[in-house]
Amino acid sequence: MTPDDFTLSQWYAIGRIEDFDDPEPATIRLLSQNLTVRGVDSGLLVSGPEGDLLPTQTRFGHVWTTLSDAPRDLYNMPEFEEPGRRLITAGAISVRCSGLRAVENFLDMAHFPFVHNGILGVEEHPEVEKYDVSMEAEGDEIWATKCKFYQPMAAAAAEGGQITEYKYRVAHPYSTILYKTCPIRECEWDLIGLFIQPTEEDACIVHSFVLVYDDDNTDTGLLHFQQNIFLQDRMILENQVPRKLPIDPRWEMPTRADASSIAYRRWLKSHGLVWGTARLQETV
Amino acid sequence: MKLYDYVLSGNCYKIRLFLGFLGLDYDKEAVDFYPGRAHKSDSFLGINPLGQLPVLEDGDTRIRDAQAILVYLATRYDETGVWWPMNQPRQLAEVAQWLAFANGITGTASAARLHDMLGYDLDIDSARAGAHRLFRVMEDHLSHQEFEGRGWLAGPRATIADIACFPYTALAGDGGIDLFLYPAIQRWVRRFTDLPGYQSMPGINVFT
Repeated sequence: MTPDDFTLSQWYAIGRIEDFDDPEPATIRLLSQNLTVRGVDSGLLVSGPEGDLLPTQTRFGHVWTTLSDAPRDLYNMPEFEEPGRRLITAGAISVRCSGLRAVENFLDMAHFPFVHNGILGVEEHPEVEKYDVSMEAEGDEIWATKCKFYQPMAAAAAEGGQITEYKYRVAHPYSTILYKTCPIRECEWDLIGLFIQPTEEDACIVHSFVLVYDDDNTDTGLLHFQQNIFLQDRMILENQVPRKLPIDPRWEMPTRADASSIAYRRWLKSHGLVWGTARLQETV
Repeated sequence: MKLYDYVLSGNCYKIRLFLGFLGLDYDKEAVDFYPGRAHKSDSFLGINPLGQLPVLEDGDTRIRDAQAILVYLATRYDETGVWWPMNQPRQLAEVAQWLAFANGITGTASAARLHDMLGYDLDIDSARAGAHRLFRVMEDHLSHQEFEGRGWLAGPRATIADIACFPYTALAGDGGIDLFLYPAIQRWVRRFTDLPGYQSMPGINVFT
């Protein structure tokens, strides 16, 4: 199907600048279309299937493009300007599921003890405490706040277990940011985020980053920590049925821990997003 | 002892597994294989001119190639002689045969995984077909072994042959290769994960 207006109107990350340093043009996939990326002296040129040039911008360590003539603004992350933070980009990982599924899984703390046992959770502490979910009408964003979870190794810089506080932010259907208490600086948040490139309705490429204060670990150490966790998620994501995101409330039974997931699905629905979601009649 | 390691590499995982089974302490030097391609950098080519992981350093000894490292560790540190049965010519030959077979699994099932997961440009159909050919051979062999009362690739006990073949077999699902076609392999995976000192890695799916 043709993508809906909300999906079409977004900017999408397609890689890091250094991923396109090959002199040969690269073919990439976005919203079931083939795009071409060419390096020129002034930067990168991205063209659509008909050869038409598409807008680009470089933000948050990644190259972004859009298929829309009048795209919605890409959201802001002022933390990228803060001195002392380190940015680690973890590369592009392909996953056979809708990118919407990947966002929803990222929002779900209940999976920590089972999927990330010994790192982001332990099986003996599976409880998800009550947290707040709010819609910020002005920014058209979802925020889940006051999320608390016991984590044996919350970050590469963590020494031993701690109760970690989380905030989740969704300001884009295919992107989500996690703000998490920094183990070495009180009152600061570390950021971990996903920029998802939806290639098909049921397949995506996940670009991710870590923006942290960390004095001890090497960049590669932080990268390994992040990739290890994401690959644990990938296996779970690829085994979900259906591959597209079900947004009809009749599909799955909500529990309190799913509050952010319910808010996300409602938010997508309120914007008329259909592409990448499972339609009831398709699978029954 | 120092292991040049990449967290998502099945070949590095072979060494992490065996060091765990032997209970040996070691340091890890994390290498940015992806996306940084640090294993092809000039400084790493000085360590391994083939530009491949893993590499193990033990004192003055530097060894590349996962299978060679397994042989070294077994000979040097396994006093039981079970993992690399040096004094049993027939069984030793079988272990060596499966070490070579493990390279075939790397060339097919691991290639499919690099394609599906990290976007490597290669012939995915041929990689998957090649993996299925090897897994059919392994399936027949393992069911024969079970019939004879042996649970492992080469003999009655796990050897480094099992360690060498385990990672890219157990990770095959990452490359879109379904192990449900191979019940004897699944039972072997389960036995392997029950070995004392076993450690998992992301992508290993243990069937119940």
